[in-house]
Amino acid sequence: MPDAPLIDVSKLIKRFGPKVVLRNLEFQAMPGEFVALLGPNGAGKTTFLRILSSLSSPTLGKVRVAGHDLPRPSSAVRRKLGVVSHLPLLYGDLTAEENLRFYARMYGVERMGDRITEVLGLVGLEARRRDLVRTFSRGMQQRLAIGRAIIHDPELLLLDEPHTGLDQDACEMLDDVLRNVAARGRTVVMTSHDLSRVEDLASRFDVLTRGNITASSARSALARDGLLAFYRQSLEAAKALPGGAP
Amino acid sequence: MSAFFRAMGAVVWKDLAAELRSRELLSAMLVFALLVILIFNFALELDASTRATVTSGVLWTTFVFAGTLGLNRSLAIEKDRGCLDGLLLAPVDRTAIYFGKAAANLVFMLVVAAIVLPVYSVLYNTNLLAQPGLLLVILLGAEGYTAVGTLLATMAVQTRTRDMLLPILLFPVVIPILVAAVKASSGFLQALPAEEVVPWINLLLVYDVVFTAAAFMVFEFIVEE
Repeated sequence: MPDAPLIDVSKLIKRFGPKVVLRNLEFQAMPGEFVALLGPNGAGKTTFLRILSSLSSPTLGKVRVAGHDLPRPSSAVRRKLGVVSHLPLLYGDLTAEENLRFYARMYGVERMGDRITEVLGLVGLEARRRDLVRTFSRGMQQRLAIGRAIIHDPELLLLDEPHTGLDQDACEMLDDVLRNVAARGRTVVMTSHDLSRVEDLASRFDVLTRGNITASSARSALARDGLLAFYRQSLEAAKALPGGAP
Repeated sequence: MSAFFRAMGAVVWKDLAAELRSRELLSAMLVFALLVILIFNFALELDASTRATVTSGVLWTTFVFAGTLGLNRSLAIEKDRGCLDGLLLAPVDRTAIYFGKAAANLVFMLVVAAIVLPVYSVLYNTNLLAQPGLLLVILLGAEGYTAVGTLLATMAVQTRTRDMLLPILLFPVVIPILVAAVKASSGFLQALPAEEVVPWINLLLVYDVVFTAAAFMVFEFIVEE
């Protein structure tokens, strides 16, 4: 019998006042999958990730994450989630080590000291562990944000455009961390506009336009370097639907 | 329960450690508080008997406005770098986050009081530190003020007009605690009989319990999107 989906979303609707951001969205992710969520600005990617991370409530529909129906009991779900957003969610007046120690305490991480050292090594910041985060570059803050998100070894990692603002070296280090997480059987859902970067990372590509998943393809089903063509075709097909894009 | 106190302790530790480094919150509160009592010192030409009647008003005006600065900043730090989301993502009872923030804000207010009282004593030629009753009132008043203030600051910080909105939301709600704190402080400073002071202390206690309990019940709903 196949595994149950780690994420199972059906008929999800999210409204902000009169504006409908997500329209009957259907989405599933199996344990161990690495899903790249692509789509134009304003398509609803960030809103969708905020709902999956229990930071926002659905207006209507079913959202089941790691066996729990959201929005409640969200505490049990949050234990299994790691989230990287546009902002680093770090305190500038604490050191890298203190930031991780704070979040490790919030998550009840055991053998905290060892885990912090391990995570700092994973994101390449062990030499800067006692430096204040406000002295870090954007790339270093993003690496530490990844460390914060995986400090409790979550089953599911949600990333909202994590490559934004990073230089080439920082992007490659981030990709190495994500490969490491995926290789350990963790599920990853990542939004991105950088097709060339996600092409080698993800095992599945979903295109979110007009508040719904309008196209989906496994990496194995695409020709080499075929992601750009797939994405463009998906957007063109979405424009032909009633209402137009995005 | 241990997870609750672990999370609450982590938030308090984080706020105090960050403030010890930056000192941006306490320095703003302290400069403001010292300026206010200095201005009152020059504005009011007081004899000894008048001084006893206005001291509590001057002190609580100072604490309340300095406290508003601190409350705004304390939550703005969380919001500006997205850290409020970081806190809300943690698998803990969200009221532990509230109590952690409120406890840290209470510490900041008490630190301001610990510095303002001796300065006031020097400027106004009176010894406020030798008034244990006054110190009790300051503790109870600051507790109630930060209990409500932390809750309302969490609401206000999610709006674009947070700096203006917090005092507008906060001051009407804390009127009972301010009146009770001023009356009780004044009673102790003027050495009034206990039966004139105790009702105000009781009001402070009731207010502290009711608003701490109310915050406990509604915080989760306030931070939900």
